[in-house]
Amino acid sequence: MRTPNPSRRRRWLQLLAALMALTFVAAACGSDDDDDAVDDATDTATEAADDTADDADDAMEEEEDSDAMDEDDDAMEDEDDAMEEEEDAAPASDSANVVVVACGDGSSFATPSSPSTELTVALVAPSASGDLAFTQSMVDSLTALGIEPQVTDGTFVVEEAAAAIRGYAEDGIDVVIAHGTQYGGSLAEIAPDFPETSFVWGTSSDTQGIENVFAYTPAADQGGYVLGTIAAALTESGTIGMVGPVEAGDAALYVEGFAAGAAAEGADTNITYTGSFGDVQLATEAAEAHVSVGADVLTGTAQHVVGAINVASAEGIPWFGTQSNQTTLAEDLVVASQVYHWEVVLADIFAQIEGGTLGGEVYELTLENNGLVIEFNDCRDGAADLVAGAQATVDGIIAGDIDTGV
Amino acid sequence: MRDLFTLSVLVTVLASGVRLATTYLLAALGETIGQRSGVLNLGVDGVMLLSAFGAYWTALETENLWLAALVGMLVGLLMGVVYAVITLVFRAEQGISGIGIYLFGLGFSDLLFEEIVGTPTPSARLPTLSVPLLADIPYVGEALFEHNLMTFLAFAMVPVIAFLLFRTTFGMNVRAVGENPEAADSLGVSVFWVRFRAILIGNAMAGLAGAALTLRLGNFQNNLTQGLGFIAVALVYFGAWRPRGVMLGALLYGIVGALVLQLKARQIIPLEASDLAAMAPAVLTIVALVVLAGRVEAPSALTQPFSRD
Repeated sequence: MRTPNPSRRRRWLQLLAALMALTFVAAACGSDDDDDAVDDATDTATEAADDTADDADDAMEEEEDSDAMDEDDDAMEDEDDAMEEEEDAAPASDSANVVVVACGDGSSFATPSSPSTELTVALVAPSASGDLAFTQSMVDSLTALGIEPQVTDGTFVVEEAAAAIRGYAEDGIDVVIAHGTQYGGSLAEIAPDFPETSFVWGTSSDTQGIENVFAYTPAADQGGYVLGTIAAALTESGTIGMVGPVEAGDAALYVEGFAAGAAAEGADTNITYTGSFGDVQLATEAAEAHVSVGADVLTGTAQHVVGAINVASAEGIPWFGTQSNQTTLAEDLVVASQVYHWEVVLADIFAQIEGGTLGGEVYELTLENNGLVIEFNDCRDGAADLVAGAQATVDGIIAGDIDTGV
Repeated sequence: MRDLFTLSVLVTVLASGVRLATTYLLAALGETIGQRSGVLNLGVDGVMLLSAFGAYWTALETENLWLAALVGMLVGLLMGVVYAVITLVFRAEQGISGIGIYLFGLGFSDLLFEEIVGTPTPSARLPTLSVPLLADIPYVGEALFEHNLMTFLAFAMVPVIAFLLFRTTFGMNVRAVGENPEAADSLGVSVFWVRFRAILIGNAMAGLAGAALTLRLGNFQNNLTQGLGFIAVALVYFGAWRPRGVMLGALLYGIVGALVLQLKARQIIPLEASDLAAMAPAVLTIVALVVLAGRVEAPSALTQPFSRD
């Protein structure tokens, strides 16, 4: 069983930050290709959507500026800004719900220096910690809170997960996160046996009436709708292919929301549920089938999308991700990802537990509470051009002017 | 629905079915040799997983696809030695031993992936090759002669394995020790070494199947095969322990799977029936096995350990 080591990750990030700083200095001091250097420095920050227009203006000014010294100064300023923005990077609740993630940064998750709670936390999850999907979103969120959980991952089999959940409770862990809808039945048996332990379960919109169970669920249809509208703008054939696992849970919410968003902008969506969360080969062929019927934009959900993304990569067509930022799978083709920032609700849950309340409440990730963040991929050309439209859709959903239809 | 039966769609389904059949075919052909010698290996899926990881990691590090395929096959061979020692030297019960090999492969490949790679990272992929002249044949060319090298190799192995089993002394010995090891032994055939070699060939092909899977997908993640190796074992029964039958079974399984995906992509299958439709290939295989039961006979000594004592 692999237990993520945030302290090691932090060391890597510190090393990375140092290397980036050196890169910026080199970029700023270089006499050749200054414009590119300045652009790179500018691009390195994770930009809040509201700042995008200003940044674009800055970039234009920088490009028009012919004075090398001025450019160097600008570059240094941008570098400082970038570093400041990185240092300020906080959980998404403090930032925007539409962001552009700089090329190579991976995601907009924060990396705090100290844990946000003294509670001991364990995570039981159905797929691998680094699946670039459901489980990784939770691992990244806990890391963003500075928490180093004990992890049992890859427990798609409910009986194995139940043994792990019970084991952590017997070991006296304060909070056991059961990160899988399918674990509900096991929790109903286990949680009452450990009234001093808090169990956090998702995705579910029901605590099953158990006093020491919190539940959480993402309104994945919201981000899906936003991405669907963008996908509709990118498709030339008017057909978008979608690859999902089973028609249930957040996967179904995402698919339905995405289809509604695309339909609102006049695009058709063809939906395939493969019947499996992990069958990469099947997801690959499902994506191939979509392409064969004319789809020129693809999306999908669950860890098996690794295969579908490969098809997008081979065909050179845009991809939209969900759950985690999937940019690393196809840097030049992933347009944007809906990323689950569970830390938004986890922070509140942990505060409640520390206050003596061990369960009884249901939490939802939404665009409004910044638990759902639309992360654009800056490696792909034109990302900044799409931000304003996405933000408008997000604002419409939050204001209630847009209904995802789910 | 009418669109479904156009030639171009049928070609697409056939091409997809051939791609899907590749991995099943490689693994099932290898298992055919093993079972013909009287050794059942339920650990094919585990061997495929370990081999797939070996091939994936090699491709990731070196971008050399030949080397990656070779590593996949060597990992299969190594697992074959382990399985041969367990079943032939210690004469352990084959079904349980196979499950053990599967669980080892599942867990160890997961561990290696998480510790060495961590997250799905794209690697080099097998390129699609076109067979000169044949690929230019309208429709059929695209469906049958534009695939990666592993696909061509898998189908080329069908006559090779058939020749090996039915036209060589080694093949005759394999069949003999699978049907009546005592009789074979009395005629001076070393049951141990014949089965040992059969196991090695079978596992090497399972390793190649794992390599074919990961090198086509250009990635790896835990439990990549999703039980594909068990389907391969079932296809050996489906094909009545004959390479041609195994190939037809693999093709049928692949094409039905591809057809279901095409029907879904065209929204002909309603979403409500999606999960039901996903079971179609498996259901078809079970039905076929039920129909075939009693009409074909397994090797008489299948799963029976041999001892002179």
